[in-house]
Amino acid sequence: MQDAFGNPQRIVVLGGSSDIARAIAVRLCRERARTVVLAGRSEALLSDAASELREAGATEVPLVRFDAAVPSSAAATVEACLEAAGGPVDLVVVAVGALGDQALDEDDATRALEVVNATYTWPVAALSALRGRLVAQGTGRILVCSSVAGVRVRRANYLYGGAKAGLDATCVGMAESLRGTGVALQILRPGFVRSKMTHGRPDVPFATDVDAVADVAVAGLSSGQPVLWSPPILRYVFAVLGLLPQGVWRRLPG
Amino acid sequence: MTALTGWGRTQPSVATVVTPANEHDVLDILSRATRGVIARGLGRSYGDAAQVSGGIVIDGRGLGGIGPIDESTGEVTVGAGTSIESLLATSVPKGWFIAVSPGTRQVTIGGAIAADVHGKNHHRDGAFCQHVRSMRLVTPTGAMTVGAANDPEVFWGTAGAMGLTGVVTEATLALIPIETDRVLVDTDRCKDLDALMAAMATGEEDHRYSVAWVDCMATGSSLGRAVLTRGDHARREHLDAREQGRAIAPSASGLLRVPWRAPSGLLNRASIRAFNEAWFRRAPTHRRGEPVSLGAFFHPLDFVTDWNLLYGRRGVVQYQLAVPDRSGETVRRAIELLATSGVPSFLAVLKRFGPADPGFLSFPIEGWTLALDMPVGPPRLPGVLDRLDELVAADGGRVYLAKDARLDPRHLPAMYPRLDELTALRARLDPHGVLNSDLARRLGV
Repeated sequence: MQDAFGNPQRIVVLGGSSDIARAIAVRLCRERARTVVLAGRSEALLSDAASELREAGATEVPLVRFDAAVPSSAAATVEACLEAAGGPVDLVVVAVGALGDQALDEDDATRALEVVNATYTWPVAALSALRGRLVAQGTGRILVCSSVAGVRVRRANYLYGGAKAGLDATCVGMAESLRGTGVALQILRPGFVRSKMTHGRPDVPFATDVDAVADVAVAGLSSGQPVLWSPPILRYVFAVLGLLPQGVWRRLPG
Repeated sequence: MTALTGWGRTQPSVATVVTPANEHDVLDILSRATRGVIARGLGRSYGDAAQVSGGIVIDGRGLGGIGPIDESTGEVTVGAGTSIESLLATSVPKGWFIAVSPGTRQVTIGGAIAADVHGKNHHRDGAFCQHVRSMRLVTPTGAMTVGAANDPEVFWGTAGAMGLTGVVTEATLALIPIETDRVLVDTDRCKDLDALMAAMATGEEDHRYSVAWVDCMATGSSLGRAVLTRGDHARREHLDAREQGRAIAPSASGLLRVPWRAPSGLLNRASIRAFNEAWFRRAPTHRRGEPVSLGAFFHPLDFVTDWNLLYGRRGVVQYQLAVPDRSGETVRRAIELLATSGVPSFLAVLKRFGPADPGFLSFPIEGWTLALDMPVGPPRLPGVLDRLDELVAADGGRVYLAKDARLDPRHLPAMYPRLDELTALRARLDPHGVLNSDLARRLGV
């Protein structure tokens, strides 16, 4: 059960090898988290994350394998994770997505589908499998990693950005549907994050790092704010950027 | 489905709430349950003791009723959902008072047993269940009437066990006789913690009731400044001649004043500091034998209804510790840690406890108890409380489960060494583990 400060004891991470999810889980294990179910594709990355979590205080770290390229696997993956958790789950972190390579993907239906499946379809299927299970629990929290790429989509990454936009909008609606159920969904919208996912790409304004995003996420679990921006100033930056004419938006760097 | 929280409003969870009208209904719920079940009274425990997410919460308020008071022994049988307030409204005009009163009248008898609540007279009279002659306990395996003599294991296993052995439906209590509805109060302002603790350690036997309000935001040479109040029930001869005719008001109206409804979110760092300052300044330096109404003395916070809303949306945590006599230094360090961490704390309460109670999970141990109210929000607060846990556990002390919303579960076995006895009892009374609560899950009880 979570405590008065929003610290969970039992968590599930979908996308357990994501740098951001891992950093969030480490912080929670330093507080009260003892059981962390890690679900992801690469066994090696999951095992590596698991040992870091054990060092941070986790006692049980079951691993579940899945491939986000196959949306039909989402329901079974969620089921396996809840089973492995062995009790009421306080927090599910959804950090699944594929950045792809826009230049190669944009004229290739198969490749475009891979980005959209991993970033939108699989997570939405997983959230749909999860929702009723958490509502029956009468408690729990879902933290979905969205991105500012979906807040206003850019030419440079419109496949990934569009998929995140869809996920983000779906989550806004799902969060509303959860009011009064004891379950809450929070959306994390990081800016450009220097991580293994973005390795080799040039920095953009307001770029941040994994630790800063994880700090924002953990503080947000305590405050209960429905949408968490990282860095927090992006809430205001994007309030302005959202109003720019497309001609100006097109010319902005990054 | 209903969302429930404790008094601190920190951890909402949703459950099905049912209101049984009698023991038969309770037995029916417990014997058929496939989800966790826990009883709830007036929701005054601060954390998650009286809620079970995804389960069934038994609203005990349907189990009311107050029987006749035995004029020779003061014994009365009441439904577990009866509040102390309604019991006093009946008993005070007849000259009987509850033997142990917590800081609020808005507690049911069932809740008082579940938490084995204590009052300002613990040093003399022990905790609540020492004045319970018997109780009717409904468990998933059947109902039984238990007393300290006929079944000490179930009786003392239930005292303080936060509802995890079964649902109490009825209890017979021993009341104490009073001649008047007033308390004669001595008040002393203590300039710092040393003065306070010295005053409390000596002369505790001179008064039935004793409590100190400590300003936990004062630092430096004023650290731990406090107002100590001690009192005894006034006898008829203590009143003026003209008052002796009506030593007890017939309707207990002084006891049941209409409360003031508090605005939400009024308390913040500045207002808490100002309140603590005013509370200290307004107290007389020394005053002796002032007659005060029962309500004003025992339940000052009941004059503000829903005062928990004062803390705003994120709610409030209360941290109540008990440490042995030799650990006065831990009390000082706790107050120091809080005062210097900048975490705002509303008036803290310091009391002396008498010998520990026989309940497996009863909170009191002989020595000191300190209760601190703090709004959720300051980022340093969780860490400060974790640090306090360590100090308290290392001293052989414990925190009060009725207040808890955040204890690190690894400290629980050390703080409550009789936990194993409760576990064994529960395995017998509730073999399928039907009785459960968010608190029990969180702490691994």
